[in-house]
Amino acid sequence: MKSIRLIAAIGAIGAFAAVPAFAADTITIGMTVSRTGPLNTDSVSQLKGSELWRDEVNAAGGIKVGGKRYKVRFVEYDDQSQGGRVQQLYTRLILQDKSQFLFSPYSSGLVATAAVISEQYGKIMLIGGGAEGKTYELGNKYLFQCITPADQYLSGAIAELKEHNPHAKVAFVYSDDPFSKAVVAAARDQAKQAGFSVVLDESYPPATTDFTAVINKVISSGADTFLGGGHYPDGATLARQLHDQKAGLKWVSILVAPDSEKFKTLGDAANGITVPSQWEPQVKYKPVFGPTVEKFTEMYRKEFKDAPDYHAASGYVVGLLLQHAMQQAGSIDPEKVAAELNKIDTTTFFGRNKFATDAGHHGLQLAHQMVLAQWQTKNGQLVKEMVWPDAARTAAVVYPLP
Amino acid sequence: MLGLLASVLDGLLIGAVYGLASMGITLIWGVMDVVNLTHGAMIVAGMFGVYLLAGAAGVPAYATLPIVLVGGFLVGVALYWIAVHRVIGQPPLMSLLATFSVNLVLVGLGTAAWGTDLFNVPVSLPGFSLGRYTFPGTHLMAAALTGVIALALYLFLYRTRLGKAVRAVSGNREAAGLVGIPTSRVLALAFGLGVALASVAGMLIATMFPFTVLSGEAYQLKSFVVTVLGGLGNPTGALLAGLALGLLEGLTTPFIPVSWTLVIEFVLFVLVLISVPGGLPTLLRRRRSA
Repeated sequence: MKSIRLIAAIGAIGAFAAVPAFAADTITIGMTVSRTGPLNTDSVSQLKGSELWRDEVNAAGGIKVGGKRYKVRFVEYDDQSQGGRVQQLYTRLILQDKSQFLFSPYSSGLVATAAVISEQYGKIMLIGGGAEGKTYELGNKYLFQCITPADQYLSGAIAELKEHNPHAKVAFVYSDDPFSKAVVAAARDQAKQAGFSVVLDESYPPATTDFTAVINKVISSGADTFLGGGHYPDGATLARQLHDQKAGLKWVSILVAPDSEKFKTLGDAANGITVPSQWEPQVKYKPVFGPTVEKFTEMYRKEFKDAPDYHAASGYVVGLLLQHAMQQAGSIDPEKVAAELNKIDTTTFFGRNKFATDAGHHGLQLAHQMVLAQWQTKNGQLVKEMVWPDAARTAAVVYPLP
Repeated sequence: MLGLLASVLDGLLIGAVYGLASMGITLIWGVMDVVNLTHGAMIVAGMFGVYLLAGAAGVPAYATLPIVLVGGFLVGVALYWIAVHRVIGQPPLMSLLATFSVNLVLVGLGTAAWGTDLFNVPVSLPGFSLGRYTFPGTHLMAAALTGVIALALYLFLYRTRLGKAVRAVSGNREAAGLVGIPTSRVLALAFGLGVALASVAGMLIATMFPFTVLSGEAYQLKSFVVTVLGGLGNPTGALLAGLALGLLEGLTTPFIPVSWTLVIEFVLFVLVLISVPGGLPTLLRRRRSA
């Protein structure tokens, strides 16, 4: 009996001893995802992209760094689209789950909250969904924004619109959240510089479910152009109500929401709506490493039976850039990896990426370019076409709105 | 000027639906002194009712109304026996906690089943135009159906024996029991009716706006304002107060940023509670007697 106990004890010690050996060959990446709450559509999409990267890496035997292979393990929690949860969960991800690297939550507001924690503990956090630029002006050292900042979101729409209507009368109607406010703050100046007049400037609470009153204001203002929105639920509701109330607009650009494939479920209300996009499956970038645009799109379709949107692509690219930096550093030491991320100036299927390294803007994205997509009806089907810039154009823009 | 008129009309159309939703909450409060915190979840249940029946089963959107009404009623009766019956007559906090817990369970189940994605019920109904302003057909239809349902509820409460029994229990439960009214069954009926009204309101809202599992909360909050404004326990008052709230929204939004609407509504809520706890009906009675 005693010998059995002894063998069991030795076995147990052996099992415990085996854990660190396993952990040493595994890289743990922590993140929160808005599985519930108003941000869930885009946030889950971003997670799917990251999971696709992780599965690809692990299927290939892990990331090869300095002669050693590391498998990737994710620890993720539902942040319920709430900043308070993000703060608790990122602390947990770092202290309890021992995450070595972090991926950001989705949306500027949640990223700003998570950044406080990641910086406090000196953890590298790659940002796939947090466009507001202010977060990068606070002297942070370990944040890396992989998407185009908010101040450039509507520049494509304004440039394209100027070709068709140099004296556009613009109604800015946007969600009262950090991202949307940052987008509109820059777009307001860009619109004025383009010679447009701003006839309405109104924000609404992010949880708004009925836009009847706001749309009446748009109609009263005599606007022919609508620029604004926020995230998925409000953006999609706005599109539906603009259509139902026949707002008489010639151009409608809505942030974020129309990029999702789900936007198609709005039917006629989706037709003609333009959306600034970080990436579309039709882009023609030539990657230096990682999958091609076609390969990524095919992998995503195979895995999730749906077309990838830009959140999925940004979810994948954060993993890809981290992998690249580790391989270049030949180490998983955070300081060395951060130094490689600082040096990055490269092109993947997602486009070009380069981070600001000056103390005043560290981590801000400098090189990535956006495109402008529009829902158009082709053979009775709604399809998303790229209409700006010229180099990326897959169809002529439909102006005015059908 | 036309803009203001359009805004007021839009406010009244949506106000009618606020009224319908609040009639459910106020009926339950009036009859059994229970603040039904499953109200928001039941509004969402009505939204999903029309979404599933119209989307998956292909039933025309408005034809789902009787199904949602009956379904809501049955769910309400079941909820009454499961969660509410045993806390009747207990301090108000007990029923508040009981319905709050059921609400959390229902929202949790809904989130597990559908996530918090946005759902859209496409309804195509010709609208009515006034200059550049268009009133969508769905809004007009929702207001019209609200009128029909409110009238039916009135006739039920004032012209049928069962309705009179509901009012008798509402007036004095013990006395009603003494004259042979089966009070528990009447309470279950009233709870069923309240939930049915919430579900139908949800169904009508879903024809107008896209929704998520969490959309009920906003309408539940509005329903509280309307209920207080309309006088607790007074269904007719609730409908009038719904219209009044809609009118207030319509009159104010052209002149102030929309973010202020909720602030104004809740200031009104507090003011009414302080100065006229009986709501609009008390105010009207005071006027008449003065």
